[in-house]
Amino acid sequence: MSSIAVSTTINGDDVEYLCQADETLLDVLRNRLGLMGSKEGCGTGDCGACSTIIDGRVVCSCLVLGAEAQGRTIETIEGMANGAALHPLQTNFIEHAALQCGVCTPGFLMAAKALLDVNPDPTEEEIRFWLAGNLCRCTGYDKIVRAVQAAAVEMRGEQA
Amino acid sequence: MRYERPETIQAATTLLAEAQDSVFVLAGGTDLLVRMQRDDFEAELVVDIKSIAGITDVIETDDSFVIGAAVSCAALGEHAALRAAWPGVVEAANLIGSTQIQGRCTVVGNLCNASPAADSVPALIAAGAQARIVGPNGTRTVPVEEVPTGPGKTSLAKGEMIDAIVIAKPEPKSGDSYLRFTPRTEMDIAVVGASVHLVLDDAGTVKTARVALGAVGPKVLVSQEAAQSIIGTTLDAAALDALATVCSAASTPIDDKRGTVDFRKQVAGVLARRAALIAFERAGGTQ
Repeated sequence: MSSIAVSTTINGDDVEYLCQADETLLDVLRNRLGLMGSKEGCGTGDCGACSTIIDGRVVCSCLVLGAEAQGRTIETIEGMANGAALHPLQTNFIEHAALQCGVCTPGFLMAAKALLDVNPDPTEEEIRFWLAGNLCRCTGYDKIVRAVQAAAVEMRGEQA
Repeated sequence: MRYERPETIQAATTLLAEAQDSVFVLAGGTDLLVRMQRDDFEAELVVDIKSIAGITDVIETDDSFVIGAAVSCAALGEHAALRAAWPGVVEAANLIGSTQIQGRCTVVGNLCNASPAADSVPALIAAGAQARIVGPNGTRTVPVEEVPTGPGKTSLAKGEMIDAIVIAKPEPKSGDSYLRFTPRTEMDIAVVGASVHLVLDDAGTVKTARVALGAVGPKVLVSQEAAQSIIGTTLDAAALDALATVCSAASTPIDDKRGTVDFRKQVAGVLARRAALIAFERAGGTQ
């Protein structure tokens, strides 16, 4: 089986890789590019642990072929912090103890970032509905929702 | 498995027609990639249609909306004119899966996956939508309800694919709606779905109606009798009772872990009644 050559943009960098036709973007990120932040939970688009942002939309990278990334713009959790400076969502997840085992956390952060990019002031209901495709078996979700709310306040430049 | 990304419809249909074994169209991939995880999945070829010009666009013409086969449901929900014209269709499309699934899934995929529980299909049928099918022998247009023939089966011939869904601009004083029952509030598969589209006359009575029920049979059920039960009425209590009774009786669901036959039949009536009221209100009707 011949490999497919793909040119894409990941976290602002031009990236080229070879992949197989049936290889998912998640497998490419983790196994070929060493970007291990996106997690594989279910592998069938149910849990959201592999959430990445492609051309501005959050998607499950387990349901995208690596070959489909040609010419697209991809954001992964590795690009969220600015060097050593964490993103407000990341600092608020830490401050609000919005994670325990941490496997779901990169997916939650990417999905929450996609939400705040389009809706800087979401209601609690909007946050819960938007994040319904991200499953967490540790926290019970409340702390995650509080962390997203606090990050939204911080990013809008308001006092908490 | 080979992966191809043709840039024209003709190239795509040629690839589909020339494939010897199993070949799949890839748009959003939210069903196909799940199937690919299974051990028994085999494909000679996957044809990614997203590089075909116009296929990721919703085009508004003087008399219709043309929804490209690779328009994500999230993008559909952001199309203000379509949402205003056909709120039921857009709401149904936006009920499919999670935020992440919405970013990729398409109504054409929902249709061609041919699940009896597909959310957007009853709404498309109630709206009178047409599927534009392209293939080696040219283009043909069929009503959406003629595409699925049973669970997982469609009427598309070898080499054919749907390149767009065409929905006419709605008539004045018309409205549509889609409701479904799921155990979870979001991101679940319909146990029952019901869609109603109706047009009122100048007196405010129902002039025409279309009623489509999902997940209560091997394919979406279109009930003429249900439509007849509300035509000529102002959706008074008797008309709504008749509609519910007809929809429950017409339903032929299966028993499974998500609902029993009796439950599904009853809920079909309840949802049809509620969907009719929403469509009536959207059409500007008053009881």
